[in-house]
Amino acid sequence: MTAFYLDIALFAAKLGLVFFVILTLAAYLVFAERKILAWVQDRKGPNRVGPFGLLQPLADLIKLLTKEDFVPAAADKWLFYLAPAMAAIPAILIFAVIPFGAPLTIAGRQLPLVVADLNVGLLFFLALSSIAVYGVAIGGWASNSKYSLLGGIRGLAQLISYELSMGLSLVPIVMLARSFSLTDIVEAQATVPFIVYQPLAFIIFLISITAECKRIPFDLPEAEGELVAGFHSEYSGMRFGLFFVGEYINIIVLGGLATTFFLGGWHGPLLPPVVWFSLKTLAFAFFFIWMRGTLPRLRYDQLMHLGWKVLTPLALVNILVTGWWLVLIR
Amino acid sequence: MSVKSAFHFMSLFSDTKAILGGFRITLSHMLRKPVTIQYPEQKRTPSPRFRARIVLTRDPDGDERCVACYLCSAACPVDCISMQSAEREDGRRYAEWFRINFSRCIFCGLCAEACPTMAIQMTPDYEICKRDIMDLVYEKEDLLIDGCGKDDSYNFYKHAGIGVTQPRGAGLEESKPVDVRTLMP
Repeated sequence: MTAFYLDIALFAAKLGLVFFVILTLAAYLVFAERKILAWVQDRKGPNRVGPFGLLQPLADLIKLLTKEDFVPAAADKWLFYLAPAMAAIPAILIFAVIPFGAPLTIAGRQLPLVVADLNVGLLFFLALSSIAVYGVAIGGWASNSKYSLLGGIRGLAQLISYELSMGLSLVPIVMLARSFSLTDIVEAQATVPFIVYQPLAFIIFLISITAECKRIPFDLPEAEGELVAGFHSEYSGMRFGLFFVGEYINIIVLGGLATTFFLGGWHGPLLPPVVWFSLKTLAFAFFFIWMRGTLPRLRYDQLMHLGWKVLTPLALVNILVTGWWLVLIR
Repeated sequence: MSVKSAFHFMSLFSDTKAILGGFRITLSHMLRKPVTIQYPEQKRTPSPRFRARIVLTRDPDGDERCVACYLCSAACPVDCISMQSAEREDGRRYAEWFRINFSRCIFCGLCAEACPTMAIQMTPDYEICKRDIMDLVYEKEDLLIDGCGKDDSYNFYKHAGIGVTQPRGAGLEESKPVDVRTLMP
């Protein structure tokens, strides 16, 4: 019986730690983004709150929590309340299947450093990332504002086109690892990370996840130049904050997934596995911020063209080539 | 490969090169020193000709330069200067009161340009924020400074103002008055 309770305690500790780290990281990613964008633009960025501005996320949190929670007239109240949660929760849930370190051995029992090692982990990720779109679409619809609606519709259209190429770019990974479980996929990359075998799939996946987390150059659902703030124009206070935090959790999670699928997950020399995983994930986060500082937003038709006419056919060809190659080397 | 698709392939190559070039430039800016001047701690030194707070100056002898001619208030496009002229016993004019409403002032410098006696001048002191808007209405005692400002040797009454501070003909560019009766043929 004590063994059972120990298991529960270990699991709860792991869960709490993951939750805490992800949320803190998301808050500090906002800070990092503001800093790095400032450096790109030869500015200094936030440096007033605390040493080097490090308490800025806390100040932002207090500001968001104490702001007025405004609901527009004639908005669909329940959907309006629901949408931010729909955007943030799936993003956190995806992290459940990502292995972030080698299994630990504590008190004679093995503790895998993954919240839930699903044997269909990859499909779980694809399903949840589809659900996250509902947050955008419902938020845009419930606000009863033309800009929000346009943003929501754009989000839907964009996600449909990019989910396809994202899923297809992962098929070769499954073919190579012969498993849908993310733990097995990481195990399969113990010697050589899959980016060596699948550079094309990696590029397609990278472009697709950029569109997936709605970041520049694919931030059409928000498109502040055209749509005020897109689907979250009408949101204020912590509801807006939830959309915001969801976006940054998405960056961390998708960076972690790209690490897991292509960069060998937590495998790496010298440093401990958790450190390797964090480094690779944060490198992706840095790349996303760097990209935001560099590229302009795509036009809507360019986005559709890239998704349907370039990435999806390329991903299909990549699957075929991988299949032939696997048959040849057998 | 047809000509057209070959062209497309070339554009793919050059496009990729252009995008990577953009990434390189933003990275180089990331490592550059920011140009920000952190205002309350670091202050930029404005040039002497900077147009900010307006002052009334004195001539080298220590007298007020202003002769209350109203040219500044006439030149002011937002009508923020007002005054009341008066005359001393020796005939020298001065402003009984002189008022500039800095909440209206647009710091265009037209008053300083219009001033014939170099009395009203712009200074580089740009920090004149106040909590109460009425504190931005400056009276003569707030405006008048002890020094000469920019043209420190200029003294209007040495050049003009006939017979006010010195007898006729004693000005700097003046010659003695001619006795017309001596100009006989």
